[in-house]
Amino acid sequence: MSAVPRLELHGVRKRYDATLALRDVDLTVGAGEVHALAGENGAGKSTLIKILAGAVRRDAGTIALDGAPVDLPNPLAARAAGIRVVYQEFSLVPSTSVTENMLLGRMPARAAGWWIDWSAAHRRAAEAIASLGFEVPDVRRRVGALPVSQRQMIEIAKAMLERPRILILDEPSAVLSTRDLERLFAAIRSLRQSGATIIYVSHRLDEVFTIADRITVLKDGARVDTVATGDVDQGRLVRMMVGRPLGEIYPSRPERAPADPILVVRGLGRHKAFSDVSLELAPGEIMGISGLVGSGRSEVLRAISGADRPDTGEMTLAGRLYRPRSPAEALRAGVAMLSEDRARDGLVPAMSVRDNLSLASFARMTRMLVLRRRIQLALVDEQVRALNVRTPSVAALVKRLSGGNQQKALVGRWLMRGARVLLLDEPTRGVDVGAKAEIYRIVARLAEGGMGILLVSSELPEILGMSDRILVMRGGRVVGRFTRREATEERLLGAAAGVTPEAA
Amino acid sequence: MSEANGILGRVRQRLQLFGEGATAEAEADRRARLVAYLPITAFLVLAAIAAVTSDAFLGQSNLGNLLRQIVTNGLMSLGMLVVILSGGIDLSVGPMLALAGIVGAGLLNALPWPVAVLIGVAVALIAGGMNGALVAYFRMPPFVATLATMSAFRGLVYVYSETPVVPTNTSFRQLIVSSVGPVPSVALVMLACFLLVSFFLNRTTPGRNIYAIGGNAEAVRLAGIDVRAHQLLAYVISGGFAGLAGLILTSRLGIAQPSVGAGMELDAIAACVIGGASLAGGAGTVRGTLAGVLLLGLISNLLNLYNVQAYYQQIFKGALIVLAVLTRRRGD
Repeated sequence: MSAVPRLELHGVRKRYDATLALRDVDLTVGAGEVHALAGENGAGKSTLIKILAGAVRRDAGTIALDGAPVDLPNPLAARAAGIRVVYQEFSLVPSTSVTENMLLGRMPARAAGWWIDWSAAHRRAAEAIASLGFEVPDVRRRVGALPVSQRQMIEIAKAMLERPRILILDEPSAVLSTRDLERLFAAIRSLRQSGATIIYVSHRLDEVFTIADRITVLKDGARVDTVATGDVDQGRLVRMMVGRPLGEIYPSRPERAPADPILVVRGLGRHKAFSDVSLELAPGEIMGISGLVGSGRSEVLRAISGADRPDTGEMTLAGRLYRPRSPAEALRAGVAMLSEDRARDGLVPAMSVRDNLSLASFARMTRMLVLRRRIQLALVDEQVRALNVRTPSVAALVKRLSGGNQQKALVGRWLMRGARVLLLDEPTRGVDVGAKAEIYRIVARLAEGGMGILLVSSELPEILGMSDRILVMRGGRVVGRFTRREATEERLLGAAAGVTPEAA
Repeated sequence: MSEANGILGRVRQRLQLFGEGATAEAEADRRARLVAYLPITAFLVLAAIAAVTSDAFLGQSNLGNLLRQIVTNGLMSLGMLVVILSGGIDLSVGPMLALAGIVGAGLLNALPWPVAVLIGVAVALIAGGMNGALVAYFRMPPFVATLATMSAFRGLVYVYSETPVVPTNTSFRQLIVSSVGPVPSVALVMLACFLLVSFFLNRTTPGRNIYAIGGNAEAVRLAGIDVRAHQLLAYVISGGFAGLAGLILTSRLGIAQPSVGAGMELDAIAACVIGGASLAGGAGTVRGTLAGVLLLGLISNLLNLYNVQAYYQQIFKGALIVLAVLTRRRGD
């Protein structure tokens, strides 16, 4: 790096109660550099970003911007210093239009600021988004009515248009389609050209390798190393992050004996979401469903789980007609779903691990209207032990657990209820690599025990590593069917993007 | 684990808190627990000060009055707590109290008192059911739904009787003003209700479900639980306790005013909040609410004893709510 670096952190430390979230971290990032932060959940990436954003104060250490020391006591100061962060959670106002969100605080006005010039405003907002090479949505629409991927792009556009000295993107790709991601990368590159610094945080290593110039790996709050992207491969990066090789993540699974299907889906369709979806799932089978975000994968699972009602088609479960009108009915039949959004659809954060696990099974613990603590504890203990849920006690609030352990607790909720078919939607989202491997082992064990499992995932290695058979969806239809042996990343991606004419 | 063991364990835990080697997690838990005891501690401290500074405070008649006075707010707060835990709010408790009181007072003159009381409470249960139906089945925001019924129920009260109703049959009134030893019997009724609701919320399936719904309704729905039925139940419970409070108040005062209960919803909400309930739902305890009720009751009793104007009481109450929420946030 020539001259003065754009950003220089020295000995930055942050403590939350008992845990040292950052241990004397040094970081140097140059102007015109794309710098990736890698590490498992809890490695300290978020804390580091929050410190740079002024959202959290460091306990010790110095921060220098272009050679001048800065303090960053609050978000306003960070913004004034030219640091802009795009978080995973959105900071857009969902009830107002795209235009208002883009031009917040600087709407074009007439009559001394009393009259908004709407046509100019809409034009300006659309131009601004287009100038980044992003797809322009209807700027008059409410942001809340747009799909998540578009919201994310608007969020990023808004930040980029402020021309920050340092732009920090926290997991920007989690909800983006491949095409949006390409647009984003193009915009990042042109921003880099203009001398801006971009700090890119992502779980997905392929992205990190595509876009970053250098990578800093964090582990347990400390910096492991900073490397140039060209000097490492993915395998080595994973080893740096977790201290173990990639191959051990997916469990080896025995060949399955053929069996009658437990779940049969014929011509299932739901208006505007998906159509003509058919599949047969055998007990003990893991069937992967791949496809881009918005291809209808999750919607199919929701329909099977009784959360949404399909318009057409029919299903049978263990040979009997299966037509769930609610999640309650699906559960009674033995079909449970682990949603892609733990916080929204699964956890009751203010309740204990015990109650969260019990939520679907209170009836089993109740005798004469009274909840029997002894029965409850026995059932909960059984799951906590079987799934290795790490919690200080079953009375601890579930929000205190790590993402991986929260996810295991939710799996336990459905096992306690007695599921025969398990629908998994992005089961390892927001879970660190160690816990991922554990969840994979659990899923494999459940399949071995005779459970039928449908697995929706955006991560191709996960699909390839876990599935016996794989469906690929695009535009609400099944466009590809592969066995484990036939499937490769290229073929799945090709089918998902509609590049190669794979037989349906 | 037996119950006795559990209690011992808890005592041991609490003693340990003052020992060494507490981790930060334990430290945070300790702070949270201390904060949870703040309202009841404040109550005891204030009571002690009052006992020393005022001769009248410890007098049999004053303490009896204090207990009788808090019963109304106590019962209403209890119902309110259940609704708040479910993630809702019930602004219509005041008019429901008046409705039950005035209907019951009228019937007391014609029917045996148990029948009259039952019908009075039943009217409030139905009113609560309407609230619940609007919230759960017509998907109205709880604030709006109960704001509407607050107005409608009050109107209904005046339609029923523009003038105060005086129950001439005094058998129920005698029961209300009676005492068991030095303790007013209504205070015992209230205590029983608190124990009952505490058991309901902690040890029954619908109770746990109501907590969970306030914490994350979507998760509860996807867990196969009928969210709407539980919401309905919460509002029915609130109506029931408002009704019971109305009948007890009417009988204590010996008259049912159609205007009675105006503004009482705020006291009930205040008691829940001071007791640590979160208006976002899912968090709060019966114990805390009882402490909130006691504290609010004591403060108004004391200010009366000291001849402080009622307006200052309101300022005090406001300050107390702010203080309660602030200390809790720091303890979190």
